[in-house]
Amino acid sequence: MAHAYTPGLKVSSREIVRKIRRLPIKGDVFPEVGDMVQPHDIVARTEIPGDPASVNISQLMTVEPYELPDVVLVKPGDQVEKGQVIARKVSFFGLFKSEQMSPVDGVVEMVSEVSGQMVLREPPTPLDVEAYVEGIVRRVLPGEGVVIETAGAFIQGIFGIGGERRGEIKVVASSPDEQISASDIDESCAGKIVMIGSLATSEIIRRAEEVGVLGLIAGGIVDHDLIEYLGYDIGVAITGHEDIPLTLIITEGFGPMRIADKTFDLFKELEGRTASINGATQIRAGVMRPEIICPDPDLVAELKDAPDSIDTEEEEDAGGLGIGTPIRIIREPHFGALAEVTGLPPELQMIESEAHVRVLSARLVDGTEVTVPRANVEIIEG
Amino acid sequence: MPTEGVTKIPKDQMETIIATDCGSTTTKAILIEKRDGEYRLVVRGEAPTTVEAPFEDVTMGVRNAVTEVEELSGKTFLEAEGIITPRESDTRGADIYLSTSSAGGGLQMMVAGVVKTMTAESAERAALGAGAIVMDAISVDDGRMPHQKISRIRQLRPDMILLSGGVDGGTITHVSQIAELIAAADPRPRLGIGFRLPVIFAGNKDARGHVNQTLGEMLDLRIVDNIRPVLEEEVLEPAREEIHNLFMEHVMAQAPGYNKLMEWTDAPIMPTPGAVGLGIQNVAKQYKMEVIGVDIGGATTDIFSVFAGTFNRTVSANLGMSYSICNVLLETGLDNISRWLPMNVSEEDLRSRIRNKMIRPTTIPQSLEDLVIEQALAREALRLAFEHHKTLATGLKGIRQARDMGDTFDQKMSGGSLVNMMTLGMVLGSGGVLSHAPRRVQSALMMLDAFQPHGITRLAVDSIFMMPQLGVLATVHPEASAEVFDRDCLVRLGSSVSPVPQEGVKVDNLRGTTAAKVTMAMPDGTERVETVEFGEIKLIELEEGQVAQAHIEPGRRWDVGEGVGRPVDAELEGGVVGIIIDGRGRPVVLEPEAADRQKQIAGWIESLDLYPADALAKYISEGQAV
Repeated sequence: MAHAYTPGLKVSSREIVRKIRRLPIKGDVFPEVGDMVQPHDIVARTEIPGDPASVNISQLMTVEPYELPDVVLVKPGDQVEKGQVIARKVSFFGLFKSEQMSPVDGVVEMVSEVSGQMVLREPPTPLDVEAYVEGIVRRVLPGEGVVIETAGAFIQGIFGIGGERRGEIKVVASSPDEQISASDIDESCAGKIVMIGSLATSEIIRRAEEVGVLGLIAGGIVDHDLIEYLGYDIGVAITGHEDIPLTLIITEGFGPMRIADKTFDLFKELEGRTASINGATQIRAGVMRPEIICPDPDLVAELKDAPDSIDTEEEEDAGGLGIGTPIRIIREPHFGALAEVTGLPPELQMIESEAHVRVLSARLVDGTEVTVPRANVEIIEG
Repeated sequence: MPTEGVTKIPKDQMETIIATDCGSTTTKAILIEKRDGEYRLVVRGEAPTTVEAPFEDVTMGVRNAVTEVEELSGKTFLEAEGIITPRESDTRGADIYLSTSSAGGGLQMMVAGVVKTMTAESAERAALGAGAIVMDAISVDDGRMPHQKISRIRQLRPDMILLSGGVDGGTITHVSQIAELIAAADPRPRLGIGFRLPVIFAGNKDARGHVNQTLGEMLDLRIVDNIRPVLEEEVLEPAREEIHNLFMEHVMAQAPGYNKLMEWTDAPIMPTPGAVGLGIQNVAKQYKMEVIGVDIGGATTDIFSVFAGTFNRTVSANLGMSYSICNVLLETGLDNISRWLPMNVSEEDLRSRIRNKMIRPTTIPQSLEDLVIEQALAREALRLAFEHHKTLATGLKGIRQARDMGDTFDQKMSGGSLVNMMTLGMVLGSGGVLSHAPRRVQSALMMLDAFQPHGITRLAVDSIFMMPQLGVLATVHPEASAEVFDRDCLVRLGSSVSPVPQEGVKVDNLRGTTAAKVTMAMPDGTERVETVEFGEIKLIELEEGQVAQAHIEPGRRWDVGEGVGRPVDAELEGGVVGIIIDGRGRPVVLEPEAADRQKQIAGWIESLDLYPADALAKYISEGQAV
């Protein structure tokens, strides 16, 4: 296979990033190709049909479905208010009367003489899609959304929770392997995206929540801290829709993890600038990793005059592994270690588990030479 | 989906066959050729699947995989317009090109019926058998309020819906109610914004008019024969066939590049699990035995079975070895994973390893310790998926049983599981963790521990996971498919002999008893006698293709198929592992105390030579130091 290794996560100070901003159902798209947009600009809008409410008139009023016309007081298309009488049954010459009220404000959508139920629909709710990043509109997907191009720093995490947020970057950790404590998160972190070093604990996350932090970036998290904070366990790696007030992005993996120097240094460089972040992670078809996008206003301005590169650009090859390629080992026994490739033997080799796989040799930061399956490394890209 | 006869070349003239399976991560191509009158696998090639951005064209992955086949075979199969069919010469083109696909999430369906355990369950079986993942099954009595059902239908974005309900001529009220809930939800398809969602109605024929009136305009409604025309009968084929048609017409047509791929293939593209299901049914026919097939992948585990002539498939959508490995942990718990380990691993370490596998799904175990942990997880994923399978592989529920005098003392409930571990003839495993285990005996023990077959059972694995291609090939050339399966796909591990303790006997009363004495007439003319005590497991080497005539005498409280204490004479088929005599009890009895259990597991590992002893000893002693 051409790409037996994991391509790796992007950590780049200068990158062109494209974001597709799409409605879940068809609607109106506002900007045109070439327009410059700001993160909070609404680029598309639709109306999500209101929730339907079903009322089983036949069952509630003990009438046969075909008798509905005798008792139902409204017809499809009628506006109804919550509490309005929608069906009335009178029996014994008016002595007994039973009524059914509408459970919602809305419109009568259907009255079925076959099943005996009535369907009411609540008013639609508008849904806006914001630009999320500042940039230029490169494509309009008619009725669906836009493709926005921005330029600046781009960092991908390995796992995250929480959705899209925007704020100023602040670095609290003094080194890539520092484990800060909850008390290090103070009022100055409010409304910001805070880099906290090698480990996010549930105590730190809760403290950040209290203070009003918008985003936390850490090297690692211990699994039970994540469960404790969320109140439930994540079984399948599809995240981003958690009902939490901040977004958490993990850059390296589970357990205490020293952040790669390159990532840490870039955060230091970006301190004080505004970034858009998203914790959404999906590790299946259509891989999605959490991201930190920090547009550079000068580079964004240049995009206006730059040609549209979407059609012409070939997918950038990750470059592949070569002697000297900086890598990160992503599985035991050297999990998390940073290294440099020193050899790429072509033939299969037997590893300790007795599997015959393609391997590489690498020199760890401390000088130790190790042999690792190629599947267990990722290139540090940028 | 009978497609025999639709191809350009008559079956008996087919000499070169190209088949691909477009999986969610990898596209695999195989070349089959008729050589000396036999169909054989010649070479295989693989390449990353290219359905997702930035490529968004499945045929690129197919081209890359077939290019590898070209390079390895020295022949030409590709031209600008696709695969060259029919064959132009001995070195250019194939007689037929076929494909299966599960890329882009496969086929995802919602099913609905009136009664949960009756029509909704039949609809679920129809969808699963056709190769779908069932996202939810909605029914009148599923315990949810109407608004909850509506919001669930809205939230799901399936590829299609299968609606059933009612027997022909019965009341139409309830099935109409479900149709109206679907209409109220106004469901949208997963692919193709703005397209009408396909809905298959396979319910009471008297309700067709109302269902059409309710759903006909807003959705792409198809009507087929009732899945349960009468309560006592389940007719799944018309619904399954329509699912396959819609899969081609709608789902595939929306997926990037598939329109082109559909033009290339000489028979309809099948959903991968649907093709594997066909393959498993053919295995049951070919070997005339009851079969369990399993495919354990990164995200899902599919179980297929044929018992008493009935085929069933279930998919455990969130039990897998990478993307959904944390769900295995969540569902089974840490203790159930640790119980298969011969060494101590701290809870935090184990949890972090499992999570890190989830977020970096393509990594492989380098250390032996990692391999042992991964295989423990596989045991639990397989066990849970099999438990799920047993709940759906049942007879029809809620029906009146025909009774005679003989049944008076044997009043079984309707809807009992069809799965019978004693009559089971073969367990066939596939998926990376089983097909690529460094030692084949590891695959054998994982399957024994997870499925725990009773009596005599053959164990096998699919060498390179070509069941999908062979399944779709079976629709046009069953003989070629069967020949390649037998010679190149099936890796015979051997046979297991698993005596089962008499029901109700306490574990303490089994201790010190003989589970079975097996006397084998070996192919070299010698006789071999093995006695297995309770708690022991033994391996006897017997090569692939060899057979031993065995006389098996179970212990006084044990059964190997003919009843407690009754001997059985049988042919035991050998394999790359051999014959495993498993006296560990059913269910396998594990010591309750961790230290005792670890010793017990280490003993089994030693008996079967499961792992390299020196490396394992290092981890066991390190763990004890912890």
